[in-house]
Amino acid sequence: MKISREEVLRVAELAHLELSEAEAETYRGQLDSILEYVDKLNEVDLSGVEPMAQVLFSSDDANQTALREDVERPCNAGTKLLNQAPEARKPYFRVPKVIDR
Amino acid sequence: MSASANWTISSVRDALTAKKISARELTDDYFGRIERKNSELNAFLTLSKDRAYKQAAAVDGLVAKGNPLPCLAGVPIAIKDVLSTEGVRTTCGSKILENYTALYDATALARLEAAGAVFLGKTNCDEFAMGSSNENSAYGPVQNPAAPGRVPGGSSGGSAAAVAANLAVVSLGTDTGGSIRQPGACCGIPAMMPTYGRVSRYGLIAFASSLDRIGPFAQTVRDIAEVFCVIAGWDPNDSTCANVPRPDYVADIDKPVSGMRIGVPDEYFAAGLDPEVRTKVEAGIALLEKIGCKRVSIRLPHTDYAIATYYIIATAEASSNLARYDGVRYGLRTNAATLSEMYRKTRQNGFGAEVKRRIMLGTYALSSGYYDAYYLRAQKVRSLIARDFAEAFGQVDAIITPTSPVPPFKLGERTADPLQMYLADIYTVTGSLAGLPAISVPCGKTSEKLPVGMQIVGPHFSEGRVLQIANAFERAGGFAI
Repeated sequence: MKISREEVLRVAELAHLELSEAEAETYRGQLDSILEYVDKLNEVDLSGVEPMAQVLFSSDDANQTALREDVERPCNAGTKLLNQAPEARKPYFRVPKVIDR
Repeated sequence: MSASANWTISSVRDALTAKKISARELTDDYFGRIERKNSELNAFLTLSKDRAYKQAAAVDGLVAKGNPLPCLAGVPIAIKDVLSTEGVRTTCGSKILENYTALYDATALARLEAAGAVFLGKTNCDEFAMGSSNENSAYGPVQNPAAPGRVPGGSSGGSAAAVAANLAVVSLGTDTGGSIRQPGACCGIPAMMPTYGRVSRYGLIAFASSLDRIGPFAQTVRDIAEVFCVIAGWDPNDSTCANVPRPDYVADIDKPVSGMRIGVPDEYFAAGLDPEVRTKVEAGIALLEKIGCKRVSIRLPHTDYAIATYYIIATAEASSNLARYDGVRYGLRTNAATLSEMYRKTRQNGFGAEVKRRIMLGTYALSSGYYDAYYLRAQKVRSLIARDFAEAFGQVDAIITPTSPVPPFKLGERTADPLQMYLADIYTVTGSLAGLPAISVPCGKTSEKLPVGMQIVGPHFSEGRVLQIANAFERAGGFAI
């Protein structure tokens, strides 16, 4: 067994998901078989292999992405964004209590 | 099919210029067909009629004045619902964004509209583009117009079905592990993923940032080239967009392909490939040889590790990208007494089963103690997969493979076992991991009349060459082989 029920619940907590009992059990089984399958990566000899951190980095195209100049530009999206927020008290988003005291 | 079933970008342009039809009439024609067919196909989630008719009127104004028409003038287009559209609902196929409206347009759409295209609406897709059958949409599955009762492929199933059913002349989809090419194959139309960095992703709602790409579906390879001429190229709003010159793909498309070396990887014609798909793709390769390409047998030795690599990297990136859906700033919120409870309940209610599964897998792969064993290891194997292709492209100009190992399957047939669904992505995830451009072209049908797709993969930024080969294949009758 690659992953236990406790680990599934721990991962759900990290990911801010609240799984039902049934879901936890289904995901445990499914993640288990996926992780079992992924184990085949252990067969590969990776000595001296660098991780691929940039898609175009390994080719001649490496320097062809270019950043724009870092200059301020007006952005007046605030009100429009707040208008479709689940709950807002302008100019803020409103959320439930963070700490009970 | 109506008499307009064969509209292409150039025939629309010619008909408008000759005043045989107005942009308004063409727009009416497409909305009429959408209204008749969409209840059955479920390809569109939201229509943008105001915007479409406004654009059609502008195009008709140009025609009336005798002004030159931009290259996509009056062309009805559909946009996958993971691309942001100002003032038009953008759901990502998810309940969590059911009532979300973007504040700006994706660059790809803005460029299509600037070139005169008429934006009809947003197409159905797997939730956050996670799926290979379009069955993971919160808004129901899409029917395959080319194979009733079967999946249209995914995740861009709605975009593929819209073009295949002539509910749009061209559409945009997105491809992370095959989500443009595989639905193109399932619905029997050409569909292309460009090189990573070729098309701006500004306004694309992220799934896996090192993999996601935007590309078109169309009736013809030439129309695919026309769309890339408009959407490809540097965008200061996307730091991952490459600043490389964009060739004129349309001008070059009829260049001869004789003498081109096409690589056929042994590993892609091994166990798991449906025998009828194999026969069709072999016939496709034989046709390419007949028109002058030279077949070369090649090896891509790390192919067998691609699915495992892809599903670790894609889910890890997804778990990070989807952390933003927390009920605070936009989208669904489920109220609760405390902030952390609100996060959990919102995400629990808003995400579907596949999205949660991938967030869980990705979170696990990135979590303390497992990072080296999963994510880092997968990133290293990804280097080897990219190296396989780099070495192969030392010997060949392009690589030919099946797009999918199986023809489109029946709706509901494969939903029970996620791993089995993932394994069918084997021929598309490799090009995704290596950042390569790849097109799927129709390559005949099986004995049950199910569409088969053939994939043509090229080196980075070789879209022009890939399109030439695909176009030559189409002109030689390859689509109906």
